[in-house]
Order: sequence, then C-alpha cells, then structure tokens
Amino acid sequence: MLLKLKIWRQKRGQKKGSFENYEMDHLSPDMSFLEMLDQLNEDLVGQKKVPVAFDHDCREGICGSCSLVINGNPHGPHAGSAVCQLHLRSFKDKEEIWIEPFRAKAFPVLQDLIVDRSAFDRIIQSGAYVSVNTGQAPEAHSILVEKAKAEEAFSHAACIGCGACVAVCKNASASLFVAAKVSHLALLPQGKVEKKARVLKMVKQMEKEGFGACTNTGACSRACPKEISLHSIARMNREYFKSIF
Amino acid sequence: MKFFNHIPSGPLEQKWDRHCFELPLVNPANKRKHHIIVVGTGLAGASASASLAELGYQVKTFCIQDSPRRAHSIAAQGGINAAKNYPGDGDSIRRLFYDTIKGGDFRSREANVYRLAQISNQIIDQCVAQGVPFAREYGGLLANRSFGGAQVSRTFYARGQTGQQLLLGAYGALMRQVDKGGVRLFPRHEMMDLAVVEGQVAGVVTRNLLTGEIKSHFAQAVILATGGYGNIFYLSTNAMHSNASAAWRCYKKGAFFANPCFTQIHPTCIPRSGDHQSKLTLLSESLRNDGRIWVPKKSGDKRVPENIPEGERDYYLERIYPSFGNLTPRDLASRQAKFQVDAGKGVGPTGEAVYLDFKEALERRGKNFLSEKYGNLFQIYEKITGENPYEKPMRIYPAVHYTMGGLWVDYNLESTVKGLFVLGEANFSDHGANRLGASALMQGLADGYFIIPRTIARHLVERSSLEEKKVKKALEESVKEVQKRLDKVLQIKGGKTAGAIHRELGYLLWEYVGMLRNEKGLIQVITAIQGLKDQFWKELFIPGEQHYKNAELEKALRVADFLELAELMAQDSLERKESCGSHFREEYQSQEQEALRDDEHFCHVSVWEHTEGKKALLHKEPLEFKEVSLSVRSYK
Ligand code: FES
Repeated sequence: MLLKLKIWRQKRGQKKGSFENYEMDHLSPDMSFLEMLDQLNEDLVGQKKVPVAFDHDCREGICGSCSLVINGNPHGPHAGSAVCQLHLRSFKDKEEIWIEPFRAKAFPVLQDLIVDRSAFDRIIQSGAYVSVNTGQAPEAHSILVEKAKAEEAFSHAACIGCGACVAVCKNASASLFVAAKVSHLALLPQGKVEKKARVLKMVKQMEKEGFGACTNTGACSRACPKEISLHSIARMNREYFKSIF
Repeated sequence: MKFFNHIPSGPLEQKWDRHCFELPLVNPANKRKHHIIVVGTGLAGASASASLAELGYQVKTFCIQDSPRRAHSIAAQGGINAAKNYPGDGDSIRRLFYDTIKGGDFRSREANVYRLAQISNQIIDQCVAQGVPFAREYGGLLANRSFGGAQVSRTFYARGQTGQQLLLGAYGALMRQVDKGGVRLFPRHEMMDLAVVEGQVAGVVTRNLLTGEIKSHFAQAVILATGGYGNIFYLSTNAMHSNASAAWRCYKKGAFFANPCFTQIHPTCIPRSGDHQSKLTLLSESLRNDGRIWVPKKSGDKRVPENIPEGERDYYLERIYPSFGNLTPRDLASRQAKFQVDAGKGVGPTGEAVYLDFKEALERRGKNFLSEKYGNLFQIYEKITGENPYEKPMRIYPAVHYTMGGLWVDYNLESTVKGLFVLGEANFSDHGANRLGASALMQGLADGYFIIPRTIARHLVERSSLEEKKVKKALEESVKEVQKRLDKVLQIKGGKTAGAIHRELGYLLWEYVGMLRNEKGLIQVITAIQGLKDQFWKELFIPGEQHYKNAELEKALRVADFLELAELMAQDSLERKESCGSHFREEYQSQEQEALRDDEHFCHVSVWEHTEGKKALLHKEPLEFKEVSLSVRSYK
C-alpha cells in the first residue's frame, strides 16, 4: 500500500518547525506504524538525509515512550492502545496521514517528534509514593486488601505515563495522570497514611509545571492507551477537598 | 589475572547472614562522603539507587530513556517468584533454591542461588508495603500461580503487568530520594566508558543523548544495572534501545565476561510477520498454565486448526514430558518447538509457529476466568495479529528474550574491576544455563534492594584512596577516547546503515548461535562475524552530527559493540563442548534429543578476559555442588 505522510520537523534548539511531505510505497498492511517510520528513516539515510527523530522503546504499549499525534489523535485512531501498537492495516491505501508531536506548554518540543515530559517525573517526585525505606516493610500478609479494591487500584496503577491525556486535552491538563496515581494509592491501605499530603503536593506541582485546569470534557480517558477511567479525577477532587478542609 | 568468588564459608543456610555480619559497616556520618554512580533504572538500578540513597550515600543515577520509569523491566509480564509457601503446597526456600539450580541445568553457584531464594520473601514484603497492587484472593490474601519448571504455585503477579508494577514501585522509591536530594538523576544519558585507575573504578564518561555533550563523573563505586544483550540478535523481545555497550566497555576496561553463550530463547512469542519486523513481542509463559501446545501429527498438514481432529493433533510437550507437560522449562519448550518446525509440522503462513490452544480451558473454566487471568495478553495478541484467541488457537514461536551470561561478579556482586558492581540481567550470577520464569524480577530486586546496599560497604571501607591527579587524568583520557571513537564512526562515509548491518548480524547469530549449535557452524560464523565487522568500519554511513539527538549514531555505536560481543558468544559456544540448558550443541545429545551435559569437563563458569589485540583469554571458575547432587535434569 501507499501512504502520504506529512511529518512535523523541528530542528533542535529552534522554536518553530513545519510539516514535510514524504511518500511511502509498497508497504505491508501487517507492518506496524513505527516500523513504517523505521523504513522511512532507513530510506532517508540512504539519501544522505537526516532521519526523523521520535521516542519509542518497548513497542508493546507499556513503557510510555512513544508519543505521536496521528491525524489529530494522540496514539492514533484506536482506543486503548499506544501508537507503537498501531498497524498499517488500520489505514486505507493512498491515505494522507499527519504526524505531529504531543503538544502542550508543559511538554516543549525538543526535536522533530520528541517532546520533554520531565514535568511528569517532577510530579511523581513531589509525593507519589508510600514512604517506606528498604527493609522496613512488615510481612506481606499482615496487610489484607479486598480483591475488588486491589483490582480497582491496579486499573489506575496501569498508567504508563505517556502524556496522551495532556496532549488531547484542550486545556493541556495533567489531571488524569495525577488522578490515576492518587487513586491507586488512596484505594490501598498502604497509601492511606500519606494520602492528604500526597494529593496536595501533587496538585501543587502539576499547577507549577504549567498544566491547565480540568473542565471535565473526558477526552483524556478516551485517548488513554490504558483506558484509565474518569472516576479517578472525581476521586482526586474528593481527596483534594477532604485534604484542605 | 587471579580472581576469587568470595563465597563465605560455613553451611549454605548461614552463609548470607554470616557474611552480612562480617561485612564492615560504614559510619552513618561517612556515608555522605561516598559518591556512587548507578547506570540503569530498571528493577535492579532503581531499587539500588533508592536503597543506597536511603542509607545516606550520594548517588548519581543515569538512564538512556527520557524517564527512569521506562526502563525495560517495565515490560515483564508474568510475575515474581518467592518462597512464601502461602498456598501451602509444599514450597520452601530450599525448594525454590533447588528448582532454580536444576532449572539452570547445574551451571550456577549454590551459594548465590540459595541467597536469592532466602531474600525472595523480603522482596514481596517490600513491594506490598510500597503499594504494588498484586493480585488478591477473595479473603484479601495474595494470590499465586505456577510457572514453568516448578510444581508449586509461588509466583506473585499483577495481571500480566507485574514488571510494570514492580518497576513503578521502585521508581517511586527512587523519585522519593531524588526529592530528598540523595539521588541526582540524569535521564537521556548513555554511559560511554569506565575510567579505571590501578584496577579500581574512578568514574564513568557519559553522553547526553539530546545535546551530544560528553562528560566525566567521578565516583568511588560504579553500579552497572544495564540489562542484557538479547538485542544482539536484532530480533528479540527486548526494547529497541536495550544494548550491551556499557557492559562491553567495562569488559574492555578489565571486567571479565562470563558464559556469554547462555542466551534464553523464550517459547511463547508472537511469530514474525515479515522482513519489516523490528522486534518481537512476548506473551507471558503463564499462558501455559491453561493453554495446550500442539502441532498436526502429519508434517505438511496445511488445514486450518478447526479442521484438524483431536486424534490428528500432537500435544508434544504433554507427550514427551508427562509430569510437567506444558509447563516444562523454557529451554526445553523452545527446542521442542524448533524440532516440530524443522520436521515440517510448523503452522501458520510462515510455517514457523506452533499452536497454543485455549479451547479446553474455555470449556472448562469459561471466558471470564480466562479474561481475568490473561485478558491483556489476549489483547496484545489480537492487536498484533488481528486474530481472536478466544476463537482461534494462538500461533507462537520462540524468540530471544533474556541473557543468562553477563559480566562476571563475585558473591558481593563485584566484578574483576575493584568497585565496579554489576546487578540484574547485566551480571551472570544466578540462572546458570537457563533461567526459570518469574525469576528475573526476583533477582533484579534482590540485587538492588537487599544485596548491594550491604556488600558495597567492604569496597568503600577497604578501597585504596586514589591520587586525585591520577583520577583526573584517567577521566580526561576516557573522555578523549570516547570522542575519538565518535569521530571514527562519524567519518566512515560508506552507504550502509547500522540497522542493515545489525540485521545481518542477527541472522547469523540466530542461525548458528541460536537454539541449535554445532562446531562447523560456529567456526564458520566467527569468520562471517569478522567479515561483517570489517564491513561496518568501511561501509557504514551515519547522517548528521554528534551535537543533537542522533539515533543513527547511537545505534551505530551499539552495533559496533554487538559485533565484538557476537564473536565472544560464538567462541564461548564453541569451547563449551557439551549441551546444557539453553546451550544445545547438536554433537552432544541423547537418542531422545535431550541435552547431554558433561560434568566432568564443563562443570564451570567460562570467564573471559579481554586482551588488547589478541584473542580473549578463557578462565574457568569451577562450580561445586555440595547440597544438590548433579543429576540429569528430567521433567518427564
Ligand atoms: S514504545 Fe513503549 S509504549 Fe509505545
């Protein structure tokens, strides 16, 4: 199959970039989207041109490295998957595809399709953990967790920290990311002790990083490769208000 | 050079406790004065960084990803073993120890493996306390499942994302220390060289992958937790950027490399779909708890699976290994799949696959049961192949997954360079010739949380203080060397990409140093690898320059190191004239195609020393078995 690609190119250190056109032919529909970009880069190198820079690593939807916006959708057209799990069989022959980096004030573009998401690390750093040093833990079975609670905590803990929620949000809010972690730990007995301080610190850091406010449009949850539910945001808000009053 | 494994004396059960007692302590006030570098932020690196900073050491932590949370441990699916014996099915520290020694086909150290089994229980406590959402039973207790090579249920899991949850726990602990100022974090930095003065580490040289900046960092101890070298095969289940370069640089600076030929080929991966394939995806072997593996009895049978009646199917693992059935260890399951395919019984469009069938489990336990246990694995499969495993049997085939070989370390996890410690998959220590499922996470965390924080003390207390002048000079020279290497690859103005050369290397290794190996092939492949290396240095082309994100440059440097390591792997395979675990030499097999170990001549670790301009030198560390008797590994 043939695809017409319009890819965002931006040199390192420059504030602006632009779309460039590339045409790829003889593609197999079984190829993954990132394998197509590999192929393009291989061709570009063959023509002594500079290949397109993009983040990726595991290519199975778990590391959260890949971060492309395809035709306006972070991670492409399918719900519940990262762009590294997208295959060309999802596109039509001769289709035009626009490829851009995740865009948000708090995620500056570094080069081509690579953005800086270190703001997420700083949010985690602010308090997204249980403070227990190595060797201080009690015997595992001294902490019982209701099965349903454990399952629910897991479904929030499944966040891969990719930032699609921010990229898709018209306010560039990181609420889903923060709320997923707040919920994961608030649901478990281990996270209870620090839950007030945790939510306050994380929300404060989120604001400091320049992420926008949440206006409940729900686009984040639909774009999330792990389908983290909007309930987490409601829970975060509850935890937040309980903490300030 | 002489080297010692420093295994403590005394009875097996008491070795670790005694050793901990005999190790010196570092005065709390002095800990701040010690600078430790950790390279890598997977389970081993993140847990080590956090634990050392908690104790008060000054830690600098480097990773190649944009965030420490993205290290490849994140992709581990199945679970983590521990000897808790919660199900009460007869497990114990001794049994976990025994299973691991046997699973490794008697090519690992008793003392190390016993310690691993002892520590396994503390790991679960630690992770639970951090809030890792392990699977639970209705009563709120932790749930367990079984894995290959074991007849008890000792694997703790968090759906099919155990590695992710454990890593996020360790990453949380790490970020907590970053916040407290105990750890300085350097993401998007790659270690390029190790600086050594008088056989002792002086620091590392790194390259900032965004700006290209090369810098040196001083340290009294360096901890390498950079993972395995499976990507040497081009196609593997490793993440795209997993590489051997940091370890290889250390090898060239005097750290010995052990058992490079022990590479694990995992039986349950999604088969490749064509030449465009960039990597392979694993499906946790926990699937073998409920899936049944089969091929058609007749070779060349091209009927769709639904049309092959029960009586014409060969559930070959159940037939050959009746007591372990589909849960035989990985090396056996992989090799048997290859035998079936080589006999023309492979299935699917490429003929390089076998079936993993859930029909019976679906009838017996229902769809809900399967989706709760394996839902995300089934989804991964469907996303990649477009087929629904509830309706059609999965097609699976072995793929390179893990490397048991790695830098040689003593009982303290210290390499032959003083002050260089190696953790997790990057070392060779615990898995012998074959690793059991759910043991990699256990080892990474044992090394990082519980072993290194104790064993590093001896080096810090007893190290000779190096002259500042010499340290400075060594670091400067290392920087120069790195720059020279960069200049050298950047100026080759050929026409081949590093990727193309890597693909050829991968093909050679898969064919000749893969699941089946023989003398003739190994001799041939060494020459072929050398040819490829010449080609690399003559015909490579890297576009762009050093001072921005240049993925082609990164790749080329890693491929250059893979080319050298590949030769050592082949050399090691050639020297090991026996079959054991993952290492199967066709000349050494029984009538039933089972591996024939030669304990008389090969009951040792093969330890390789780099020599400038000459062939690597082989040393042998004899393996002694006092607690278990060397026996033929039988799973029948
Ligand atoms: S590359 Fe890891 S999630 Fe996409």
